Amino acid sequence: MTSLILRTAARYLFPIIMLFSIYALLRGHNEPGGGFVGGLAAASAYILYALAYDVAAARHLLRIDSRTVIALGLVIALGSALVSVALGQPFMTGTWGELAITSTYKLKLGTPLFFDIGVYLVVLGVTVTILFALSDQETEAG
Amino acid sequence: MNEPAHSLATSLPVLLIAAGGGFAVAALIPWLRWLLGERSTLAAALFPLAITAWLAAQAPAVFGGQPVAFRLPWISDLGLDLALRLDGLGLLFGLLIAGIGTLVVLYTRGYLHGHPDQHRFVMFTLMFMSSMLGVVFSENVLLLFIFWELTSFTSYLMIGFHHDQEASRKAALQALLVTGAGGLFLLAGLIMAGHAAGSFDLSGIIAGRDQVLASPLFPWILGLILIGAFTKSAQVPFHFWLPNAMQAPTPASAYLHSSTMVKAGVYLLARLHPAFGSSELWQLVVTGFGAATLLTGALMASGQVYLKRLLAYTTVGALGAMVMGLGIGTDAALKAVAAFLLAHAAYKAALFLVAGIIDHETGEKNVTKLGGLIQVMPRTGTAALVAAASMAGLPFTFGFIGKELFYTELAARPLLAAGFFIAGACFMLVAWQTGIRPFFATRTETPKHPHEAPWSMTFGPLLLGLVSLTLGIVPGLADGLAGAAASAMRGHPLEVHLHLWHGLNLPLLLSALTLAVGAAMIATASGWRSVAEALAPAARFGPDRLYDAKLKGLVAFAGWQTRFLQNGSLRRYLLVTVITLCALVVVSFARADMALAFRALSPVNLPMALLSVLVILSAIAATLSTSRLGAVAAMGVVGFSVAVFFIFFGAPDLAMTQLVVETLSVVLLVSAFYYLPPFAKRSTWRGRARDLTVSVFAGAVVTLLVLVASGVQLRDPISSYYAETSVPMGHGRNIVNVILVDYRGLDTLGEITVLAVAGLGSLALLKLRAKAGGKP
Repeated sequence: MTSLILRTAARYLFPIIMLFSIYALLRGHNEPGGGFVGGLAAASAYILYALAYDVAAARHLLRIDSRTVIALGLVIALGSALVSVALGQPFMTGTWGELAITSTYKLKLGTPLFFDIGVYLVVLGVTVTILFALSDQETEAG
Repeated sequence: MNEPAHSLATSLPVLLIAAGGGFAVAALIPWLRWLLGERSTLAAALFPLAITAWLAAQAPAVFGGQPVAFRLPWISDLGLDLALRLDGLGLLFGLLIAGIGTLVVLYTRGYLHGHPDQHRFVMFTLMFMSSMLGVVFSENVLLLFIFWELTSFTSYLMIGFHHDQEASRKAALQALLVTGAGGLFLLAGLIMAGHAAGSFDLSGIIAGRDQVLASPLFPWILGLILIGAFTKSAQVPFHFWLPNAMQAPTPASAYLHSSTMVKAGVYLLARLHPAFGSSELWQLVVTGFGAATLLTGALMASGQVYLKRLLAYTTVGALGAMVMGLGIGTDAALKAVAAFLLAHAAYKAALFLVAGIIDHETGEKNVTKLGGLIQVMPRTGTAALVAAASMAGLPFTFGFIGKELFYTELAARPLLAAGFFIAGACFMLVAWQTGIRPFFATRTETPKHPHEAPWSMTFGPLLLGLVSLTLGIVPGLADGLAGAAASAMRGHPLEVHLHLWHGLNLPLLLSALTLAVGAAMIATASGWRSVAEALAPAARFGPDRLYDAKLKGLVAFAGWQTRFLQNGSLRRYLLVTVITLCALVVVSFARADMALAFRALSPVNLPMALLSVLVILSAIAATLSTSRLGAVAAMGVVGFSVAVFFIFFGAPDLAMTQLVVETLSVVLLVSAFYYLPPFAKRSTWRGRARDLTVSVFAGAVVTLLVLVASGVQLRDPISSYYAETSVPMGHGRNIVNVILVDYRGLDTLGEITVLAVAGLGSLALLKLRAKAGGKP
């Protein structure tokens, strides 16, 4: 089933949903959002693309294997948890610092943000892995 | 003054290296093999050799009553510290473990020469050695348990080395199950003992022994610990796994089943003797089981004809003797145990190694078909002769000294002395059959043409024979070691003075009588065998059969409950899960006697009422729908409506997540359609009635639960704490997110790990199905 409307829409919607997912991820610490919902939103962007075109195209769009995304997410989450250990504090103690972009504007960065990025990647990877595999079977066997 | 502190500081990590290093060295062996080929085995032998040398160097300090100790806090909240300690008992065992370990690794070089997996066996041996050293160096009982389980596990690998043979796998599994199950009993016993004494350190338990002995749980504590020790040390009625484990390659048998692992139970009893030895229950039970094992092992050995089984049954008997000595627990008995332990390890390991050589060179395991080997293998024969003499307890061997000490103690206990007497005679018979007859009887033809074994294999038995002989002639050399070990078993210093000649007395007379009866048994050996063969059918009622029956029953039960609970029908799973959950909730309602409180309920407005009606109608529509797509769409309406509810109640995070999850669920369900059977009316009228009952019940229970939960206030809600500290401590204003990534970050880390595993699992299932051939 191919639909020109869906395909055209998907091409424009994909970047918007991805931007939204990253926005949700980054603002999550202060406003509604976070890694979990961000990862799900990103996954839905890929699913939308896979529905409009096919799984192979969506896979191509992801560039790397979705299983690698899962592994990457776990590594980032675990790494962010280990930062405090390296500094001699208990495992997973939140560690914060400030990045001075200009003299007046400072960006607060902390390990919980990287932890959330890890969550985002794991959720994206798992969801996409399962749904791609499900749809893949359909096309292969059918 | 600085001298002791200095020596302590430099010696600290060595205990840890000894107890853990085997695993590290084992990991290096594949590379060593790549570099050196089979010579890597010789390189690996340097590790146990170094430990032996280090232990020997510590001997003067330990004999002087200065144990080497090491402590690193680990999980202190659980009372688990990495606490290691080397005292007299640990030194005796440590020297046996590392020393015989060196010889066994060396022996493997010749025994498995040309075997493609030789290096693997060496890896297992080193891992086992470190685990065993960990057991005897542990000062913390929980740490001891960890090493204890590691010995079960690593010995499983060693026994099952010939993994392509079913008998070998079965024996390995049996040893693992029996000792592993015993280990669980031991853990329970150790924890209870630790709680009663208020410390999980061995010294703490010994210091707090009065509380443990006075505890009403003491019989349980003792019973559980004894089951652990008895399974490991093959005491009646758990003795059956040891002879079966003879499927192992001979170096493993020599190492595990003569000198080390099976003595772990004896070690534990010796270690705990200062704590519990004074109780009457201990004396009765430990002595009784030890004596029963001594007799069982010795008598069953006399009927065997296969080399390793002969040795295995006498090992069971010897372990029984040591356990019996620990049960009696007088100063003299403990001294006898220490000396006998050393004597037994030396002669039994040598005999096992000799048995391996005979089997390796002749291809024959049956002792009645062997003879005259002394002509072709003089070195092996010499070693065997000395070891057999020590086992028989002939004068001028260390075995004689050990036996004399036992008779000295038992002279006042006629019943136990009689048992020891019979066993001693049987041991003589076995010594003759395994160590002397194959070499000195008339020459026979064997499947393989025998040659003398290489030095790597004969070195071990010869050295062990030399030890038996030297200590037999100059027993005073072992005074320090035996004394330090006996002191640790007693709990205060004991002096041991070993002599060859005690004068003409009752023990000597008993020894001489044993030799005479033993000689008579040897003369009538074939007669004994026929008696044993006549009794063999009785083994059908033995514990080995019981083990088989139980294992079969367990497997059948597991099969039945898997088929019942996991029959592949998703409806069944759902039904079981929902009913179990609701039933548990109802039971706790009934027990907690909670009142329904309708306070704290928010008012209902019109949009909410309309939304509720929509949810209810969609849910009903989903159950009545005749098309699958319709059902999915109706469930989607329910999901999205719930998201709107979240918005009403000010939970935008939940609403967002619910929306995305709902969207993806619909996609997932539609993708899965392909795999599902046609959406026909599959359920009968009766089935639908059942489903309706269950779902109404579940709905009612959950509603009730929510209402009750909103009325219960156990303590101040933690939400205010989160609200107050979220910005200053968590640097975030979104409390939900701060909880997820910071306060409860560890939970989230666990959850994403589970998620990743689940994702990969479903991928594997889907791929597996594709490979198996497309459509289900």
